[in-house]
Order: sequence, then C-alpha cells, then structure tokens
Amino acid sequence: MTDSLYREAILDHYRNPRNRGTLEPADFSYEDVNPLCGDEIRIDVRTDGENVTEVRFSGRGCAISQAAASILMEMVDGRPLEEVKAISREDLLDELGVPISPALMKCAMLGLKVLKAGIYGVPPSDESL
Amino acid sequence: MVTARIDNAIDWVRVRDDFPILASPGPKGQRLAFLDSAASSQKPEQVITAVDRYYRETNANIHRGVYDLSERATAQYEAARHMVADFINAASAREIVFVRNTTEAINLVAQTWGRRNIRPGDLIVVTTMDHHSNLIPWQLLAEEKEARLEAVRIMDDGTLDLHHLQELLGQGARLVAFPHVSNSLGTINPAPDIIRMAHDAGAVVVVDGAQSVPHMPVDVQHLDADFLAFSGHKMLGPMGSGALYGKLSLLDAMPPFMGGGGMIRKVSITRSTWADVPARFEAGTPSVGDAIGLGAAAEYLQAIGMDAVREHERVLTTRAIECLREVPEIQLFGPCDPDARAGVLSFTLGDIHPHDVAAILNEENIAVRAGHHCCQPLMDRLGVVATTRASFYVYNVDEDVDRLVSGLHRAREIFAS
Repeated sequence: MTDSLYREAILDHYRNPRNRGTLEPADFSYEDVNPLCGDEIRIDVRTDGENVTEVRFSGRGCAISQAAASILMEMVDGRPLEEVKAISREDLLDELGVPISPALMKCAMLGLKVLKAGIYGVPPSDESL
Repeated sequence: MVTARIDNAIDWVRVRDDFPILASPGPKGQRLAFLDSAASSQKPEQVITAVDRYYRETNANIHRGVYDLSERATAQYEAARHMVADFINAASAREIVFVRNTTEAINLVAQTWGRRNIRPGDLIVVTTMDHHSNLIPWQLLAEEKEARLEAVRIMDDGTLDLHHLQELLGQGARLVAFPHVSNSLGTINPAPDIIRMAHDAGAVVVVDGAQSVPHMPVDVQHLDADFLAFSGHKMLGPMGSGALYGKLSLLDAMPPFMGGGGMIRKVSITRSTWADVPARFEAGTPSVGDAIGLGAAAEYLQAIGMDAVREHERVLTTRAIECLREVPEIQLFGPCDPDARAGVLSFTLGDIHPHDVAAILNEENIAVRAGHHCCQPLMDRLGVVATTRASFYVYNVDEDVDRLVSGLHRAREIFAS
C-alpha cells in the first residue's frame, strides 16, 4: 500500500486525532465547511498574547481533511502566533508527506484555512494560504 | 454507423472500443473504469468525428447566410434538430429548442412559461429527490411570484410517495416538476402515472429527463409530457449541448427567454415582435457544432437501440447490486428491484467518508463520484452528508463492476484498524 495516499501516518492521525475537542471559552474560534464534499472543521485557540497555549479542532469529513487538521494541531501547539501566521500551504503539504491531488487540496487545506480565518478574523483566499 | 452488431446481438466490448478515451491506459497501466456517466458521458469516435468534420468542412453562421457554406451549416443544424425530435418521438422538430444543458432548459421554462403563468399563492410541486437544477429555478420563481413551493416526499425504498403527490395536487398545484430518473437513487419514477395525475388536476408538467433520455426509450407523446429537459453531454454528445422539448401549443404561447439576434421577427427601437418557435428561444449564435454532435449522438444511440441500451444497463445493475451486497458494511440506497431503477448506484461504506472511497478507487483508475450529487434535500432525507455513486452506460462491461467491488474491498482493508 506504499503507493497509496492513505499511508499509515495519515490513517493514524485520522483514527487517533491529536488535540481533538473544543475549548470553552477560547480566545478565538472559527469554523468553515468545504461545500464540495461537506467537510466541516472548527478550531478553538487560547493564547497568552504571543504564543498558542492551547488548540483544539472538531468537525467531520474525509480522512484527508481530518488528518490534515490533526497534523496542523501538532504544528501549531505551543508555537508563537507570528510563526503560526507564516505557515504556508507548502509547509502543511510537507508535513502530510503524501501527494495531494487538486481534487483533495481543498480538503487538505480546510484546517489551515479555518485557523488563519480565526487569527485574522476573515477567511483567507485559497491563493494566499 | 455502429459496427458492433453481430447477428442482432450487441458486442458491448466493441461498443466500448468506439470510445477513444477508454482505450488509453492509466498511470499504473490499468484501463479507465469510467463509472460517472450520470455526471457526464464519454464520447464515441462517431460524435467526435461529426464535430470535427463540421469545423473542417461546414463551419459558418447559420440562418440568413446566402452563400453555400451557411446554407449547409443551417441544413446540418436543422437536421440535428430532426434527429433529436425523432429520438424522443416529438410530433414536430419545432418542439425541440437547443440549449446548453438540462439546467438551461428548466430555467427557460421557469423564466418564460413560469413568469407568465405563475401567480401569487399558486402552488409549484417538486420532489425531495430533484437535482438542484430542477429545484432552484422553481425556488427563484416562487420567491419572485410569492408562490408556494412544496416537495413530494419519498418513501424509505427511494420511490416517490404518490399519495402525497395526490394530496398536493388536491391543493390546486399549477405546475409539477419531477425527475424521470433520480440522479442519486437511480429510481425510475412512474412518469406516465405522475403526468396523468398532474394533468387530471390541471397542472402543467416539467420532466427532468437528464438521467432517462440517455439510458432508456423515452417517447414524449406516449408520456404526454408538457416539457422534457435533457443534456446532450450525458448522452454521448458534446459538452454544452442539450435540448428542451415543449408541446407546440405551450411553446407558441410563451414569451422569449433571452433577447438578441435570431429570436425576432421585426425590431424597432422601442418595440419588437418575436420569431416563431423554436427560434424565439434561441437568441444569438447557437453552438452549431455541438448541436450537430448531439444529432450524431442520437443517431449512434438509435443504431444500438434504446431498448438494448436499457437492457445492457439493467443487466449490469443487477450484477452490481448482487456483488455489492456481498461487501460488508455497505449501505445501498434506492429501490432493490433492478427493473425499478436505472444504472445509478449510490452507497455508503461503513463510516468511510465517500470522498475517501472515491480517492481510493481513483488510485485504481476507477472513476466514481462522491458528494451530495446536487441533491442536498435528498441527502438530508437519507440522513447522510454524501454518498459514493457509480453509474453505468453503454461502454461499461462486467469487468468494471468487478473492479469496483474489489476496489471497495481494498478501501475497507486500508481503513480497517
């Protein structure tokens, strides 16, 4: 199964998502859907003003969207907000480590899009991720 | 034209060989198992050649051209209209309006017949299983006219609740819009019965034929349909081709859809009069080459025979249902009886998201669709976010079904904890 998109690392994040849940209250929360396939992701973040101190995601959807959100949680937990803002599409794709086809790109990027929308208060365009 | 007939039996592998796109091997050497014809069909050599020849030999704007080339283009365009009329047994080719797709055909009816005839408080009836293209145009019209919009419920077996339809008709429905075949469930709705019930109640009927006209014999005179909308690209024709059938008496009384060249009789700055049908509804230069391609597609399907097409898909669907039932944790939607359904199979596989199922099948060069299939109210009714959908056509063979089934087993293996 080595040629599959669904490698063990992805499936592990899907089956055992990191930082899954919600934070009430959170310093900021955002949620969005991918209208093409109905993926839903919400991300709650607490900060001390400079760093992400706690972060949780919730939602439902395909394995790629949920695993990518879980991987994103590991990338941002405890990191300075300025570094989180700088996380790019390529950074997340590197962490995913599998080739993402254009059809699945929106699924893979949904978590990052939601996180940035939470930070900036408005959803970023797909190009600016 | 079609060379695949052998002693009146059809060699479906040779039919498949008419489709160039299915001949090229995928990334891992596997042939494409194309199981998404409900979204759009592939095109046979005969259709591709007809379009190619039009651009090489006959291309010119139609109507009013005095030179030979324009006359030939016009003749071919109108010949395609006759082919399409013949294909659905319309009484006259004037009852065929060329459009881009089913969506445009339905919007045409909503914006012309609908705007003229629907009044505040009138009832428009659709169904819970309609594609958004046979729902949104009526929503927009109902909003504009302050009319009521109600949807016929469906039963748990994926068929329409005809008692509910009767109840709604009893409330004085002005218009009934329904899909001949559901694009998600595959249900073949009892169109003759529905149309008779609607007519008895004085309602006009719009049939969404997008999933029926390509796949089974459809006779508009037998159905007594007032309007029938269908897409050329789902019936082996070019993208951007489609047709609206309307009874001549209804079309004649309808105002224009879009304004422009070709749809007028006499024009002054402040006032104009309209061309006869169907030209009245074909403003601007039409997609002539695509219409000619659609005519070639109708001719190709007629050469096979629509009874044979339907039987081929019924046999494939029967086999597919039997094989899919063996896959653990699969849930198939729609009627169980293959005689009551077309070659469209929607299912869920345990708790694996349909998008993941489709992505895993894609790794084996098997093309299926995953999503809400433009039927969000139906997905809500079924209690799912999305389904995976496999759909069949003339070029599918048993091997495609077998590959689908083994692909689903592979998906289960990948997701097994």
